[in-house]
Amino acid sequence: MSNRLTIIAEIGQVATEQKKTLAPLADDMRLLDSGLDSLCFAILVARLEDRTGIDPFTAATDGRFPTTLGELIAFYDDARV
Amino acid sequence: MTRVSEALNLSSLIGASAAPGRTISTRASILRLDDFSATTRLSDDPRTLAGRSVILLTDDALAAAGALIELDGLARRIVLCPPDFDVSHLGSIVRDAEAQAIVHSGAAPTLAMPAVDLVHCGLPARRIACPVTRANTTQWVLMTSGTTGVPKMVVHTLATLTSAIKPAALQNWATFYDIRRYGGLQIFLRAVAGRGSLTLPGAEETIEDFLIRCGEAGVTHISGTPSHWRRVLMSQAARRMEPQYVRLSGEIADGAVLSALAALYPRAKIAHAYASTEAGVGFSVDDGLPGFPASYVEQVETGVAMRVVDGVLRLSSRGAALSYLGGNAAALSDEDGFVDTGDLVELRDGRYHFVGRSNGVINIGGAKVHPEEVEAVVNMQPGVRLCLVKARKNPITGALVAADIVLDAGVAASDGLRATIIDACRQKLAPHKVPALVRFVPMLAMTSGGKLARHG
Repeated sequence: MSNRLTIIAEIGQVATEQKKTLAPLADDMRLLDSGLDSLCFAILVARLEDRTGIDPFTAATDGRFPTTLGELIAFYDDARV
Repeated sequence: MTRVSEALNLSSLIGASAAPGRTISTRASILRLDDFSATTRLSDDPRTLAGRSVILLTDDALAAAGALIELDGLARRIVLCPPDFDVSHLGSIVRDAEAQAIVHSGAAPTLAMPAVDLVHCGLPARRIACPVTRANTTQWVLMTSGTTGVPKMVVHTLATLTSAIKPAALQNWATFYDIRRYGGLQIFLRAVAGRGSLTLPGAEETIEDFLIRCGEAGVTHISGTPSHWRRVLMSQAARRMEPQYVRLSGEIADGAVLSALAALYPRAKIAHAYASTEAGVGFSVDDGLPGFPASYVEQVETGVAMRVVDGVLRLSSRGAALSYLGGNAAALSDEDGFVDTGDLVELRDGRYHFVGRSNGVINIGGAKVHPEEVEAVVNMQPGVRLCLVKARKNPITGALVAADIVLDAGVAASDGLRATIIDACRQKLAPHKVPALVRFVPMLAMTSGGKLARHG
């Protein structure tokens, strides 16, 4: 499964569990406007690490964190290389 | 120059600054840091609280700020309730603090104790006929979470709380913290003792709105936990402010968040600081790397001495609390005057790195979780024989709550059962305490004493 599909599936799963209403998921959606809070993002990143084996947030060394959904997906795509 | 910690009281510090137009502001309101000698924001004449033990129970940080300035030097003792204070503990806090009055904002607390006066704070300022004399050395009592749920009370004075604060040039502070806990109180005191203003987040304010407001207020110095800062790093409003000094504390700062902040604010000094309610402000690290140089230990030049005993950091400084308060309160420091911080450290390549808490307490974005309270809820669920709750490292909130569960013989692990257990936790626990990751395991390791093995 591509990172895009995995990430979108896990975002939906976390939002359901945490009873959050998600904004429409588009690449330019700002992460802070997604409806997920810090705890949701924390759970999302842990689940993604379990599924993909990577945690680009801990590995990030170039000093850039993603701010949109598109950047988040690219963050995982780039980390996989 | 006079040391800040030698100041008589907060209102005299404000009077001495002689800088006009200073404020403490949230999104909703503004507290002007001007003359507190002839005005009051309390419902009663402040002099009725002279020499008394007072509990400060507020629903609003600005109301607390105003009352702290008015009460310091006037009251004998101020017990500062944190924003998430559970009022069911109010009776025991009143007793242990020998409180004679509750100064509150918001709804009046219901308490069947007629000897305790209720006074409103956070009202519009009004003039009072006679100036208030502030000649007491007031005890400042802060709360930390205890294992049993009843908060522990930690005794400070203005001198211990401000021991790490040096006179400084103009600094406009902001903090993501609530000023009713130690970390935020440090920033409140830095702002009041300085010459600038303080910007605080509103109760329901988004991080983007707060960052924009910080930019508009000309904030130069700002503090928060690594979790706060990771949220800033994910915000498109991050560049709406231009701080000169960015401070991280309250959680372990990793290399990723430090280097990302250095890239985001190239002109700012990025520092991570170590402090605790009991031990006071320990030290600040500004070389951009996680952990702290091993040379800090046993160095006394900064007035802070450190030791590592059985892998746990101990601190001794003028900023340490004086004692715990209450009938059965334990000793706060060892025989040499060192406070056991409970923070585990590990020496790697000449630096000490924080690796967790000696009592297993999990730190989720600065909020504490005792594993035992989560285990108690999980263990009550049908089908559960035993569980172990522990921290799982996380790059967003520092840690998450993970639960390893052993089921009763004959009970099958299923996604449905997992959901049932998590739902039950959600009914009884705050959201950050609910296990985010649940695994079913065949067995859990035990110590030779028959207890759950919590480490390793």
